[in-house]
Amino acid sequence: MNQAISKSENIARRLSNLVIERRIALIVMNILLVLLAVNGTKYLEFSTDYRAFFSEENPELMAFENFQKSYTKNDNIIIVLKPADGNIFSQSMVSIIENVTKKSWEIPYASRVDSITNFQYSWASGDDLVVEDLIKNGGNLSAEALLQKKKITLNEPLLLNSLISDDADTTAINITLQFPGKSLNELPSAVNNARAIADEIREQYPDIQVALSGIAMLNSAFSEAGQQDSKTLIPIMYLVLLAIMLISMRSAAGTFVTLLVIVFSSVVAMGLAGYIGIKLTPLSITAPTIILTLAIADSVHLLLSMQVAMSDGMDKIAAIKESVRINFLPVTITSVTTVIGFLTLNFSDAPPFWHLGNITAMGICAAWLVSLTFLPALISFLPIKPKKRTTKKGLSNLLGHLSVNITNNSKLILVSFFILTVAALALIPQININDEFSKYFDERVEFRRDFDFANKHLTSGYIIEFSLGASNPGAISEPEYLQGLDSFTHWLRQQPEVLHVFSYSDIIKRLNKNMHGDDEDWYRIPDNRNQAAQYLLLYEISLPYGLDLADRITVSKQATRVTVTVNDTSTVETQYFVHRAESWLRANTPSYMHGVATGAPVMFSHIFERNAKSMIKGNIVAIVAITLLMIVVLRSFVFGAISIIPNAIPILVTFGAWGLLVGEVGLAAATVTSTSLGIVVDNTVHFLTKYLRARRERNLSPPDAIRYAFETVGEAIVITTFMLAGGFAILATSTFLVNSQMGLLTAIIIVAALIVDFLLLPAILMIGHKKGQFEHEENSEYHSV
Amino acid sequence: MKKIVSITPFRWVCTFLIFVVFVFPTATLSETLEEKGFRIAAKSDRSDRGFISTDVKLTMLLKSSAGEESIRRLNMKTLEVADERVGDKTLLIFKFPADVKGTALLSHSKILKYDDQWLYLPSLKRVKRISSTNKSGPFMGSEFAFEDFTAMELNKFDYKYIRTEPCGEYQCDVIERFPRYDNSGYTKQTVWIDQTFSQVRTIVFNDRHGEIIKELKLNEYKLYEGKYWRSHDMAMDNVKTGKSTILSFSEFNFKLNLSDGDFTTNALKRIR
Repeated sequence: MNQAISKSENIARRLSNLVIERRIALIVMNILLVLLAVNGTKYLEFSTDYRAFFSEENPELMAFENFQKSYTKNDNIIIVLKPADGNIFSQSMVSIIENVTKKSWEIPYASRVDSITNFQYSWASGDDLVVEDLIKNGGNLSAEALLQKKKITLNEPLLLNSLISDDADTTAINITLQFPGKSLNELPSAVNNARAIADEIREQYPDIQVALSGIAMLNSAFSEAGQQDSKTLIPIMYLVLLAIMLISMRSAAGTFVTLLVIVFSSVVAMGLAGYIGIKLTPLSITAPTIILTLAIADSVHLLLSMQVAMSDGMDKIAAIKESVRINFLPVTITSVTTVIGFLTLNFSDAPPFWHLGNITAMGICAAWLVSLTFLPALISFLPIKPKKRTTKKGLSNLLGHLSVNITNNSKLILVSFFILTVAALALIPQININDEFSKYFDERVEFRRDFDFANKHLTSGYIIEFSLGASNPGAISEPEYLQGLDSFTHWLRQQPEVLHVFSYSDIIKRLNKNMHGDDEDWYRIPDNRNQAAQYLLLYEISLPYGLDLADRITVSKQATRVTVTVNDTSTVETQYFVHRAESWLRANTPSYMHGVATGAPVMFSHIFERNAKSMIKGNIVAIVAITLLMIVVLRSFVFGAISIIPNAIPILVTFGAWGLLVGEVGLAAATVTSTSLGIVVDNTVHFLTKYLRARRERNLSPPDAIRYAFETVGEAIVITTFMLAGGFAILATSTFLVNSQMGLLTAIIIVAALIVDFLLLPAILMIGHKKGQFEHEENSEYHSV
Repeated sequence: MKKIVSITPFRWVCTFLIFVVFVFPTATLSETLEEKGFRIAAKSDRSDRGFISTDVKLTMLLKSSAGEESIRRLNMKTLEVADERVGDKTLLIFKFPADVKGTALLSHSKILKYDDQWLYLPSLKRVKRISSTNKSGPFMGSEFAFEDFTAMELNKFDYKYIRTEPCGEYQCDVIERFPRYDNSGYTKQTVWIDQTFSQVRTIVFNDRHGEIIKELKLNEYKLYEGKYWRSHDMAMDNVKTGKSTILSFSEFNFKLNLSDGDFTTNALKRIR
């Protein structure tokens, strides 16, 4: 161990000479590295699909992909229209709907457009079967005819609460999109076209409220939220951090160099991400923000040490060398712990977390390299002032007094923290892991406002799909199958969560009625398979382009699709609904009909559990790896083991407080533990190394060693804590919920860690120390260093 | 006679040259690309003229993008209507799957108006007239629309000649045709017609976005009655969904001498 440390001491010494002797070469090298990385950023692209949240091996995603292969793979855009007079069935309104339906066909990749006007309504006219648009040339229809159309629409189970609200004041046009998936421009081109249609309606008819919802809009929001965040958050971060820098260091040159360090680190990380081919998501786009926050800590430690050395009388070059020498080890260790924390995000089940973890880890490595080589090399050319004694005295005196108070009251502190920790543990079960994926975006995002509008007046867009199989090819026409399908449809419609059900049983019942002169008594499942099959054949032949049944019935006619729109449910409610529906099928239908629920809400409802479970492994790995590292670094099993206590407690207390105050947490929660552990352990590293140095090299008593630690690194710890907490607090203002929860939780943990490090850690170090041992109290030998 | 003989070789050559240089090119130049396209399509359509009636067995093999397969079988009878302003008459009799066996679809094709169609449903023992505005939807869940595999009607389209290029073993004229009737699922079809037999070899369909949606290959042409070519294998691929349908024809019969009487609603009821 000693050899290892002296080896690192050697490296530190050689590095401290190198940064001055080869300073020009180092500056050039760093700039070349950054230029190379800049080239990689041009490969960066935003993912435009919510499916990016699921790994390719995710069982729910695979089930959904298979489902889509049997029917059609598609996304949708819903245009919701609500006229001020609340009357959809007016001449002007129906012709507007007809017009929007027609225009919607022009949206790129639209493979189908459904509205109340082009609904393929079938009816009997003598021996004729008429299949036609429900409303055609609505502008010429009489009031009575429109009233008739309104009656039909509200009585049609396929339309009610899907394309028309039950009070007939809101309607929707549903556009099905089929993206070839060849270019990332596909989604934006469809979305922009839909927005142009919406804008045109708003302009021509200011009395109509228009909202755009649907999966394609959700996907678009994912990439737009990320881009918006990167445009607003990062500049704010830079401003705030630069302000803190200027205030704490009072050095323009230092601030300038730090700025370069954080820019270089972010650019290198993003450039490497580009070369690797990582697709950006709203999660991974926060990586530069996090890198910025973390990279700054390295610079602060280096610059502050340098200023302290200069104020102790060293010249600038000597101070730089001294700073590099004494900071090499702590900066390296804190970088490694943070990298470990972020790399454990690879245990997550959601790829965006892997990307966030890996980009951040690369950024921290870059920050380590740049701040140990480029920063000292460059600062040697710039004017920098020694630390002003007055400010240091202020804070240091305060911390010195604090240390005395702590060492005198260590038992009280230990008891208080014990109670606090037990209370936190008791409160953690109060947390519900729960999410609503529309609420991933806050009200600043247009999608969220439109989604809420659509949800309030007509439909949620939360679609859960079932594929119900039949016993053999063509057997979807068997009465037994159709009866089962009809009963399931009926049961679904009675469930409180269910807004709408699209089921083939409604079509076959209507056709049976049409085949019998529109006699309402025949609105039921046909008596035999041949009839049902022939009605279906007749209906299929009559359907126009784009409005066929290929998305409802498989080619072998051995399964049909039941599409259920549920209201704005949370992941927990979704799982409960899915469980009930699947149980109902098992209890009431033959085994071949036992379909399994799929769709985006189902996928999201599982990813939380999956993510939480897989991250438990990641957290254990992080804790074990970091503890082992601490044991090696501190050259003590006991102190290494102790070091984990002040780092685990802030996390427990934060979650306990969250359980008490907020209650619900989503995807972010499971991942915060390992990342914040890697960050907060840094304070402990700095504090304990100084404490042990005092004990081992200066033979100070524990209270004096604590005071030494407070006075040497206390200020740097306070400053970096405020920078880190500030950085993550800014992340908390993200429009994307996962980011804001992650930011807020991490910021709280960081502040809590400062308190724990300053109160509990010294108290723990005082355990076993008796009052009589205060013989070194007046020993002021360390003040000279 | 004598005068002709008196034409000197030089004058003969001059006349020939004048013809080649002026008359021949102006004859082709005066023909617009649209006219040339129409001429090629008409030649292809008219190469079929006079067959009177055919009866053929059809098998449809449907494939989903997941690899799921499904088969439909039917018989198709066609009656030629010589007048190009009126469409042919078609009778489709479904044989398989068993639950639609005996169902028959009678269609009187119109050029620009909606076709007249009747369906006989054996389970109801009734003929139902289908009053639908559109025939461009998928036929029996396949990738073929009804309009894709029934007799082509020359005047349903406007044409434009594009280019000439090799197509397999033949040299093909490539023409574009644009539907003249309402509610077509297509904005454009690009057709490859071989110069040797004037038969359609490939059709590429563009959807309402103007993007390619389907590609149809017509293979295994055989000659009947010494003059009528019939493809026995039509493969339609949907490039957007990955689904495909293969339409196989067998046993073309040109000797049934069917007449108008076999293509009436009364005749529908007699079919089994």
